Amino acid sequence: MIENNRYRRLIIGLGVAAAILLAKLFSVQILNNKYKIDASNNSMVYDIIYPTRGIIYDRNGEILVGNKVAYDILVTPRKIQPFDTLLLADVLDIDPQFIIDKMAEYRQQRKKIGFQTVSFLKQIPPETYMKFAEIEYKFPGFKGQDRSIRDYPINAGGNLLGYVSEVDQAFIKQHPGDYRSGDYAGKTGIEAAREEELRGTKGYHIYLRNSHNQIEAPYKDGEMDKEAIPGHDIVTTIDAKLQQYGQRLMNNKVGSIVAIEPETGEILAMVSSPGIDVSMLADIGKHYKEISRNPYKPMFNRAVQASYPPGSVFKLVNGLIGLQEGTLRPEMKYPCSRGFPYGNKKLGCHAHPSPIDLETAVMMSCNAYFCYALRNVLENRKYSDISQALDKWNEYVQSFGFGHKLGSDFPAELGGTLPTSKYYNRIYGKGGWKFTTILSISIGQGEVGVTPLQIANLAATVANRGYYIIPHIIKASDGVEIENKYYEKHYTMVDPEQFNKVTHGMWRAVNSGFGSGGTASIAAVPGLNICGKTGTAQNPHGADNSVFICFAPENNPKIAIAAYVENAGFGATWAAPIASLMVEQYLTGDVKRKDLEKRVLDGDLMSRVKVKK
Amino acid sequence: MDRTFHGRSIKQSIDWKLIICYLILLLIGWVNIYAAIHSSETGGMFSYDTRSGKQLVWIATALVIASIILFVFSPRIWEGASIPIYLGVVVLLVAVIFLGIEVKGSRSWFEFGPVRFQPAEVSKISTSLLLSMVLSNSNMKMKKLKDYLIVGLIIGLPMLIILAESETGSALVYVGFLFVLYRQGLSGWWLGAIGMAILLFILTLTASPYTATAVLVSILLIVNSLYGRNWVKWVLISLGIILLVALMPSVWHRIVGSFIPGVSVLDHNPDVTVLQTIKDGARFFFLSKIKPLYILLAVAIGFTPYLIIKALRGRRTTFKMLSIIGFFAGVIMVFSTDFLFNDVLQPHQRKRIEVLLGLKEDPAGVGYNVNQSLIAIGSGGVVGKGYLNGTQTTFGFVPEQATDFIFCTVGEEWGFLGCAVVIGLYIFMIMRILHDAERSREAFTRIYGYCVASCVFMHLFINIGMTIGIMPVIGIPLPLLSYGGSSLWAFTVLIFIFIALDREEKKYF
Repeated sequence: MIENNRYRRLIIGLGVAAAILLAKLFSVQILNNKYKIDASNNSMVYDIIYPTRGIIYDRNGEILVGNKVAYDILVTPRKIQPFDTLLLADVLDIDPQFIIDKMAEYRQQRKKIGFQTVSFLKQIPPETYMKFAEIEYKFPGFKGQDRSIRDYPINAGGNLLGYVSEVDQAFIKQHPGDYRSGDYAGKTGIEAAREEELRGTKGYHIYLRNSHNQIEAPYKDGEMDKEAIPGHDIVTTIDAKLQQYGQRLMNNKVGSIVAIEPETGEILAMVSSPGIDVSMLADIGKHYKEISRNPYKPMFNRAVQASYPPGSVFKLVNGLIGLQEGTLRPEMKYPCSRGFPYGNKKLGCHAHPSPIDLETAVMMSCNAYFCYALRNVLENRKYSDISQALDKWNEYVQSFGFGHKLGSDFPAELGGTLPTSKYYNRIYGKGGWKFTTILSISIGQGEVGVTPLQIANLAATVANRGYYIIPHIIKASDGVEIENKYYEKHYTMVDPEQFNKVTHGMWRAVNSGFGSGGTASIAAVPGLNICGKTGTAQNPHGADNSVFICFAPENNPKIAIAAYVENAGFGATWAAPIASLMVEQYLTGDVKRKDLEKRVLDGDLMSRVKVKK
Repeated sequence: MDRTFHGRSIKQSIDWKLIICYLILLLIGWVNIYAAIHSSETGGMFSYDTRSGKQLVWIATALVIASIILFVFSPRIWEGASIPIYLGVVVLLVAVIFLGIEVKGSRSWFEFGPVRFQPAEVSKISTSLLLSMVLSNSNMKMKKLKDYLIVGLIIGLPMLIILAESETGSALVYVGFLFVLYRQGLSGWWLGAIGMAILLFILTLTASPYTATAVLVSILLIVNSLYGRNWVKWVLISLGIILLVALMPSVWHRIVGSFIPGVSVLDHNPDVTVLQTIKDGARFFFLSKIKPLYILLAVAIGFTPYLIIKALRGRRTTFKMLSIIGFFAGVIMVFSTDFLFNDVLQPHQRKRIEVLLGLKEDPAGVGYNVNQSLIAIGSGGVVGKGYLNGTQTTFGFVPEQATDFIFCTVGEEWGFLGCAVVIGLYIFMIMRILHDAERSREAFTRIYGYCVASCVFMHLFINIGMTIGIMPVIGIPLPLLSYGGSSLWAFTVLIFIFIALDREEKKYF
């Protein structure tokens, strides 16, 4: 026999452990009634309580997205008794064939459905539901459940808000444990980005069900029920009024407006046109096909996803880099006889006085001046060759937030493009290129690609005289945190004191009056001291793009803005009026330049835009 | 040469009882997996679309693996191969942290196409093999510091890596190797002390410092009673004290409540009674600051000198003195755990531990999972609701129904009797392994048997304990019953290596 003492003790210990388990099981299964639901196969029914989704506010507390009540009609197929199909169809305002089809479907899947309750009809308005509720008793097995759905009091920011729709199987799989079929979730925009805060936590009532499948009583008097926790509200940085105004201005035009509060980096308005109307968001299922077939791609948020040549607004960056590098002094004058000659070619310019200094060059948007400015940077003896100089330039431009994603809270944000020496080496071969090969980047053409958000960020950077805060659309509020990076100042590699040398040029571009040579006189609003810079960017698909950035007032700016209108011609023709109207609306709360406003609102440029059909 | 003795035949030398027990558990597991999923997954019991169908594939492959271990490999290779196997598995354990996929917050799974594999499961086998190899060396007596260090390293290394993978449950299984060490000569005090420390740690965090201290006092009382003469009398006295300790908090709260007028009195006439109440209540106000824990400690410490004197006069002085030291060590442990956890750790670190211990599995914070599981098991009653008639499980409100919480299905549909049978089968299996192990002549086989038994036991106790609320919710599978190939294969290999080793012994003796 086995004699080991320790073996015996371990066996005893094993017995004790087994006894502990069995004793606890004995108490749970036999002695204790707490966990018992009597023996006739009764069970608990979980009735899910849906939380209300968080509300989305604008910066002034106006509701952008709220909730309203709608009803789902649910059905428990096993409980259905023969009923008047036509009456039900009439009350619910549906085709009788729909009911017949559904019933056939339930019969087919009866094994799978079992005693479960499934949804029959979704989101019917309260009026229809009331009619149904009156005669609900005639339709055993059917019942209504209230459900809060999204409501959009004002038509502002359809592209930004995003939509909410029922989760599908793939979505449930991607978020294990969080969703069940029948739940709703944000799919795009803020609704998707802030889904976790907005959705809240589901609760449930527990009822006891007897063997006849009837609800008997709340389990333990509701002691084990769980309340639904409403979702957190989200406060956006959007100014609803400004956003709405921007959308109107961009009506029948293709392009974007982005307005930023320079001091905080908060996005005041972001318009991508054509966009999605909020009325479509509420019932996205119905409109989805229509939206996705629209050749102008309204789902595409141009403001953060389209990469455009910046055009002349980019001259500001090149000028500032020249100043910082010391290769450009504000008082330096360069000649311009309708362009910058190189070899036997010429990069053209419009007619204006010559020679001019930096401020005037900004004011009149002289092409030649900034070709000289960039040439001096790239051919600086300080650098061993142009490759090194170009990469230094790239570093500078990156510090303005170009060439990479800014890191805003738009998940779909793109970073644009910015050439490096490696890039040119690949195209032209090592040593196969010089300044004149790439001179179009001096005036924001060629290989430079930026998003409207990045251009607006440039406006904010210049407005702040040298730094930006990453543009963002969500404000911190109760229960909602935003990342620390949205509070940090990002300084460019150009010293703040250099900025004043160009900002006054921008002031003069706007406020020198017609006939002075200033390119943006149309943007002037008396008393607002707008500083701006026009841009006209070549578009290989048709007419030039119209670009304008500005900020106001000159000192202590409250708004920085970029407007980018595709195929609209000169910057001063469309983008400058649009941006300046936005500034006027935001700073004065009203627009006095009614004629200009009318011209913009009525302007229809859609025929100029070429689309792939 | 004429026919030599080739040993007994397979029929005679294999422990058939063990194998039959293994097969019965597999069958119970498969049948219950189908019960757990039949309402949510469409397809028959055998359809590969369902988890019961897949489990059938796992079972078939497990049987192939078992046959290979029994008939193809020579049982002698295991001892020699233990070092490379162990090192290989350690590499896998580390690699999975960087290369694995994330499942429910822990990186412990490799994914190869449709197949997932968890190195932590295999690590039980490799650690058992190496431990057996090292301990079976005749120089190893578990007396020298060096021996402790080597053994501690072998067990601790995989355990720590698994902890780093956030698989607390799997790591806790390694504590079971203490039983092996105990059998090999580790002092029983160590076993008791480490077990007690883990218990106190978990209780302090999951229940309360009071509960932890009360359990400490109770265990020491019972153990001391059992060791003395007149043990029946002393056990009864101890049980009385334990009852008092258990009831004390609620009694104390009532006493305090009766002395100090409630806030509702203030509400009636705020102008007059505020001052008065403070005046009247002030005398007793200090009472509310006294926690039941302090009373318990004061009484216990008050008795200590008496106990010390008694211990010095009576027999078994060392044992009693060690109990007293153990008490103080335990109290310090409880307080420092509580202090560290609530005052030193940052909120996010605290959250991490809470998640590791399964304290914050559910947002409602009331032990949702355990409650659901208890309701499912509790509603089973004596004989259960009958196969496929379980209702709690149909709605899928018990989490991980087919894997970690498979025991709920057993409890609900087969009742207490079913649970007793399942636990009985496991206990039989463990005892059978220990029995075979004790009879073996090779130290390696014996120690390996103890390792296998310990692993099965730890899984059994932690898993079932979790479903009935006496263990924190740290997901580890129930051996052979839970759905999943990784775990099933690992236990099959673990057990069948032992059966093969055991057979090798019986073949020739």
